[in-house]
Amino acid sequence: MKWLDQIWVQNLCLLAGYGLLARLVVWGLRSERWQTAWKHLRRDKLGLVSLCVIGLYLVVGTLESIVLPSASGSVTLLQRLTAGIPQEKSYSAPLATTALSVADPKPLLGRHVLGTDALGRDTLVQTLRATRSALWIGGLTSLIYIPLGVLLGLMAGYYRRWVDDAVQYVYSTVAAVPEILMLVAILMVLGKGLGSMAIALGITGWVGMARLIRGETLRQVERPYIAAAKALGQSDWRILTRHLLPNVMHLVLIKFVLGFSGLVLAEAVLSYLGVGAPVGTASWGTMIDASRSELSREPLVWWNLTASSCALFLMVLALNLFGDSLQRAFDPKRGA
Amino acid sequence: MLAYLIRRLFFFVPIVFGVMLLTFVLFFVVQSPEATARRVLGQKATPKSVENWLHNRGYDKPLLINTTPGQPWHDSLFVTQLGRLVTFDLGTSDVSGRPLREIFAQGALPSLLLTVPAFLVSLAVSVALALYLVFIRNAAVDFMATFLCVALMSVPVMVYVIFGQFVVAQVLNYFPAFGFEASGWSAPKFLLLPVALMVVSGLGADVRLFRALFLEEMGQDYIRTARAKGVSKARVLLSHVFKNGLINLITLVVASLPFLIMGSLLLENFFGIPGLGNVLVTAIQAPDFAVVQASVFLGSLMYLGGLLLTDLCYAWADPRIRLG
Repeated sequence: MKWLDQIWVQNLCLLAGYGLLARLVVWGLRSERWQTAWKHLRRDKLGLVSLCVIGLYLVVGTLESIVLPSASGSVTLLQRLTAGIPQEKSYSAPLATTALSVADPKPLLGRHVLGTDALGRDTLVQTLRATRSALWIGGLTSLIYIPLGVLLGLMAGYYRRWVDDAVQYVYSTVAAVPEILMLVAILMVLGKGLGSMAIALGITGWVGMARLIRGETLRQVERPYIAAAKALGQSDWRILTRHLLPNVMHLVLIKFVLGFSGLVLAEAVLSYLGVGAPVGTASWGTMIDASRSELSREPLVWWNLTASSCALFLMVLALNLFGDSLQRAFDPKRGA
Repeated sequence: MLAYLIRRLFFFVPIVFGVMLLTFVLFFVVQSPEATARRVLGQKATPKSVENWLHNRGYDKPLLINTTPGQPWHDSLFVTQLGRLVTFDLGTSDVSGRPLREIFAQGALPSLLLTVPAFLVSLAVSVALALYLVFIRNAAVDFMATFLCVALMSVPVMVYVIFGQFVVAQVLNYFPAFGFEASGWSAPKFLLLPVALMVVSGLGADVRLFRALFLEEMGQDYIRTARAKGVSKARVLLSHVFKNGLINLITLVVASLPFLIMGSLLLENFFGIPGLGNVLVTAIQAPDFAVVQASVFLGSLMYLGGLLLTDLCYAWADPRIRLG
């Protein structure tokens, strides 16, 4: 798809993503339940720290997502900012002054805090650049599976009867296929790429969301406010979007954060299995995959594996901890 | 009980049909048989060889329903595929041409040798740890333990595998790092490290889950009564909380039993254990669509088997539950 490579399309996508996120935050902060949760969250130190870590990753990912025109087509803002770091011939150890070659240790063009990879690229820069893949996979997949799961879950819980039966049948069928097999099968057919990875993860991911929302909707429908809305003659669509949706939205948020960490991990595993990120896209999974052979080299190349797995681990850890904090903030009684 | 089983099996029929339709759409509609043939045969394939390949496998038939006059309507790709899968005729590998049944049968034993010990050990360890956490009920320890669990959950499996293999096999020079021999007593030597890694990689999630489960049981009224009667904390924990928590535990655990046969995708490939997980990874890289398609089908059957097993165990463990 040629038009996707246009500089302005990519930047517009990024802007649209942030617009959506801002809209959701503004919408959430108007609800009383979310305000109470925020008060709880503000006292949760671990939660705040993990939120800051997530924010840092967002900044790095955004820097790598902003595309600027250049002489050779386009570069990302992060590439432009790190343009001063020279590219070496091949491997070099962290902070080394000579190349990692026993026979012929040539002097390096510059210092590299975390060394360089097989192509002589700075490992720290590559690790930071890979943040983009993780965030885009998480973001794009969430855009697919959250609307699908929430809509189907709400409808199944509200209309019940045959709608419920149909939704339950579809998600039982999708859930019956082991997730990893389903992902691999879809990706083998669709081919590598961030887009097809998001589609594959979206197809398997909506089931959990739909189950969760269906269960909560079944509970909410029994509440008096739904009966009141019906008595006032409001349309089904209005009840679904104006009354039920806001009351399940906190579950969507928690599931979104916890699910995001799962998506980041899935991206790494799929890239590692060879059905993930395309060649030329920096991703933690492909970096880890590449480092399999590096550990048996002499002298040992450990910095690529360490840098990529630490970056991946920290991001997933922050997301998991923040998700737990959100859960406690929205439901202080149970999450103790 | 028998009536329930039969009813349940009938309920599975539409789901199995749905799974077949799903895999069919994926492997024959989203990607046409011609495209599959080209990707399996590679760049050098001539139109003639593609045609032969398709004809030999019956992939040149119409997709859903045969509308050609003079031919029966059911002589289509979907109906023949359906018939073959229902009779467990899985077909042959796209790459080697060997029957898939043989390939899967061969991979089952090494997979089970890896997953069954790992399953048992991790269950025992995580239940014991969870019980211990519930027993001490110390805020600081609890906080540290949950943090550790989340940290363990956040490490990707392949990092465990790579680091584990590197440290234990290369630095300590202790285990055979790669390969497998099923004959005699040499198998445990090869399996010790993969089993240990499998246990560690699943530990965080399991301990967290079981801890929550036991804590919920701890909050029940009968526990307070038992404590008030003067039953010691350890006794309450072992004979009440553990036993009753077991019912919920079974539902969580039994569903994963059928999957033990499928082995572990990453571990087997990395350690060169010729199990089903390894078969699948090789098929992904080949690419061998027949193997992946058959795995999807068999995997979903196992999932449904797990659901059934869960129901049965639930009824067996809790006399209040009656199936029928």
